Amino acid sequence: MSIDLSQFIPSFLEESFEGLELMESELLNLKEGDNETIDSIFRAAHSIKGGAGTFGFVKVTEFTHLVETLLDEMRDGRREINSKDTEILLESVDCMRLLIEAARDDEEYDQDKVAQTTSRLAETLGDEPSSDSDNQSENMVAASNVCGYTINFIPEHSLAKTGNDPLFIFSALAELGQLTLSADCNDLPALVDIDPQELYLSWQLTLYTDADEAEIREIFEWVEDECLLEVVPIPDTSNTSQDIDVLASEEEPQSQSTTTKQESLVNTPKSSTETELAQDGKVEDENIPAKAKAKADVGSIRVGVDKIDNLINLVGELVITQSMLSELGNDFDMDKVDRLTSGLEQLLQNTKELQESVMRIRMLPISFAFNRFPRLVHDLAIKTGKKMELVIKGEQTELDKTVMEQIGDPLVHLVRNAADHGIESCEVRLAKGKPEKGTISLDAYHQGGNIVIEIKDDGAGIDREIVLAKAVEKGLIDVNAILTESQVYDLLFEPGFSTAAEVTDISGRGVGMDVVKRNIQSLGGRIQVESTLGKGSCFKVHLPLTLAILDGQLVKVGSETYIIPLIAIVESLQIDNKLINRVSGDMVLYRLRDDNVPILPIYQLFNLATKCTEIDKALLVVVEADGQKIGLMVDDLLAQQQVVIKSLKDNYQQVAGISGATILGDGSVAMILDIPGIIHMALAQAQHAQREKTDGNASVTAEVCL
Amino acid sequence: MNIQAMAQDIPVEGEHTMEGVDFITSGDQYLTFLLAQEQYAVDILCVEEIRSWEQPTKIPNAPSYIKGVINMRGIIVPIVDLRLKFSIGEASYLDTTVVIVLTYHNEGNSRTIGFVVDAVSDVLNVDNADIKPAPAFGGCVGPQYIEGLINSENKVVTILNVAHLQKVEQHRLHS
Amino acid sequence: MTKVLVVDDSNSIRDMVSFTLKSAGYQTVEAKDGQEGLNKAKSSSFDLVISDVNMPNMDGISLCTELRKLVNFKFTPILMLTTESSAEMKMRGKSAGATGWLVKPFNPEKLLATIKRVVK
Repeated sequence: MSIDLSQFIPSFLEESFEGLELMESELLNLKEGDNETIDSIFRAAHSIKGGAGTFGFVKVTEFTHLVETLLDEMRDGRREINSKDTEILLESVDCMRLLIEAARDDEEYDQDKVAQTTSRLAETLGDEPSSDSDNQSENMVAASNVCGYTINFIPEHSLAKTGNDPLFIFSALAELGQLTLSADCNDLPALVDIDPQELYLSWQLTLYTDADEAEIREIFEWVEDECLLEVVPIPDTSNTSQDIDVLASEEEPQSQSTTTKQESLVNTPKSSTETELAQDGKVEDENIPAKAKAKADVGSIRVGVDKIDNLINLVGELVITQSMLSELGNDFDMDKVDRLTSGLEQLLQNTKELQESVMRIRMLPISFAFNRFPRLVHDLAIKTGKKMELVIKGEQTELDKTVMEQIGDPLVHLVRNAADHGIESCEVRLAKGKPEKGTISLDAYHQGGNIVIEIKDDGAGIDREIVLAKAVEKGLIDVNAILTESQVYDLLFEPGFSTAAEVTDISGRGVGMDVVKRNIQSLGGRIQVESTLGKGSCFKVHLPLTLAILDGQLVKVGSETYIIPLIAIVESLQIDNKLINRVSGDMVLYRLRDDNVPILPIYQLFNLATKCTEIDKALLVVVEADGQKIGLMVDDLLAQQQVVIKSLKDNYQQVAGISGATILGDGSVAMILDIPGIIHMALAQAQHAQREKTDGNASVTAEVCL
Repeated sequence: MNIQAMAQDIPVEGEHTMEGVDFITSGDQYLTFLLAQEQYAVDILCVEEIRSWEQPTKIPNAPSYIKGVINMRGIIVPIVDLRLKFSIGEASYLDTTVVIVLTYHNEGNSRTIGFVVDAVSDVLNVDNADIKPAPAFGGCVGPQYIEGLINSENKVVTILNVAHLQKVEQHRLHS
Repeated sequence: MTKVLVVDDSNSIRDMVSFTLKSAGYQTVEAKDGQEGLNKAKSSSFDLVISDVNMPNMDGISLCTELRKLVNFKFTPILMLTTESSAEMKMRGKSAGATGWLVKPFNPEKLLATIKRVVK
């Protein structure tokens, strides 16, 4: 029988890496007495061990066994949870990752690190590592001069209730050789007393086989506690059955009973069963259907082969539908209109499924990139001896997979930089009146067709003078150069620039930031620095989002359809005339409970012609960005749907108030509104109007309708 | 439509050895089109496709010659009305009004823009030596857009510089 | 056709077990934890249940206890997949009503050979 286990290895690897990630993040959150967390960490380790054993990754199994033992002790309460053990476990997670990666790539791993961690684990456990599979294999009875066995099998009456059936046991025995058996029905009660759920028989079996005793006992393994079992070898003499008969009859229950406790769990069945099985089943070539449904909410950044297969299947269906339709079109008459309708429905279904599958593959929440940071900051805090915590926001913001994969390293650099150069030591912080513990925060959000990732710290901030002096010293700028603030910060990204007084092994030797910038630029993004001396710095990474999906509300203004990101919408409402207030001449405010929300007619902002210019006939979509609410006046609300964001920049340019475009169901293009941008525009416009007003000019732009 | 027929007449690279057909391989080929009564031409290698006019989606606050964007097989393509851009003739949208979609490659980047013209007319084989510089008399087409002039029978065709056509002027919101 | 319920939270192990069984002509239904396994067991009947022990939501031992309460599963063989070969683990399984156990790591050949002891 040749079932190729390698086909399951990718999915094992995938779930192992997920398991490791889970272990890591849970370990970082682990608190005394949190049994649930310990349980889930244990389970993850346990699964990895089981899988690694099954798929032949011996090193992983052995190592994970130690980890599991330690976790088991924690789980049982035999060991208290302390930070030292947690550290060791975190290190172990790294080792497991190393080992699994090495196994995956069939490469060498850092043996020192693994050996070191192994000995630390062993030390913690207080004993030498031992593998649970070594001990028992020695006890096998040598069966060289045995030609068979007589077996006395007296099951307890309740045996069937465990789901065991002697018949199957016997047929398993029969596969080992030639089996004869006789049943003993002495225990059988009178018919009226029989309980049909009980087993009253016992058996005497004779098996001629070259299998050893352990194999036979293994077959009885599951019932050995519910029966009296004796296995007596039949010596292999050239003599005939006479002797055997004698032996069989002589054999007494007591003689061998001491050996029944022998364990043989880890022995693998020998060739006899294997050859038998080889005839039994042929491995079918057909693939198991892709299990895409079971993994609907993908927990992985790696795309499994099954998902690709699923896509191929969908494309296959699409092709079938297409050929069906084109055949239908070859000689079409009205009789076939039903078939056409159903064909089109099928096409719709195919396309939808295909789209969904593709989307699911491309887009992943940024938590995949963020996941590694709690651990990183934890380690950095230990290394630097500073106190710091990490705050993560917006981890559900979706990002294209390729962008995600490439943004990981630059982000690590920036976080390291924040921990190393940003956050001050405890003493300095306390002296400055700051909390002892520094905060590094990571945030991700969509803005104007970009994803923005913020890496912020409440540390020392960037000292412009030092940066300038350093740049002069390095010959990057002229002594007399006058630079704007952002130009100064740009110096940080110059090759060979490093501001740390000492070079540490954390942020490296200034080879990082220029690479960070280059990587971000190669993704079509940019990086922006804001900093206040003494208060902290904020690095903003803007990345394009050309493939992002967005949940949008379609709205109508005049003849145009726009899309408002659902996430920005606070509520949509019919305008109630009584709640409209005009203040300072031309500002129109809408009273939304306690808030006064400025009304902004889209048609004015975008200079569109529409019949719907009266506030009380229009609809108001209240949106919020940067803490500012604004009411967008639209003609009508249409459907809500998911749209794919397409950049306008590829062939055109960025447009104020528009974050991108999308293609609607009918093939037409619709613009996606950039809410922060629009709010910004509205504010600028209001100020402009204000200026004109004070200049004595008649209001031009902000003439709000009524 | 005759555009289709014409498109088939455009020789494709690699077909040059076709038996009995004698292509002029020296020099370049240009697609000529009409703006009002004037003849213009662009390098045929830049022509992505020729589409009939359809109403594009407006881009807010864009200059009037930018008609909007269309969906061309999943790509968002802006549409520029050359008649408005150059103030030539009337921007009317008739059955013969077509959009020439041009793609210009530049150092790994490419940009695709559709240009509205009154009609497509012909394919011209031009020897580089025959291209003459345009006289500097102003006119409504800026000199940076003009690569040169070529005589075709008794008419003058203005060859446009695609790289420059593709440059979209930055426009801002009125403020 | 012999119908087997395979319960394991690890996709790779579950796929492997299921694939092995299918290629030997068994019909399989999969569940990713004890709770899902129990739900599936309630809506159908099976000739064999193979379940992992350590799982989220409901572990294998509880699943076994619950299954034995169902009339349909009174005599159904239930095999536990364990990594422990300890006597204690076996006793826990036994007392919950498990028929037997399969010790991980195991290979497809061993799996098929072993389940022959309880099903056709």
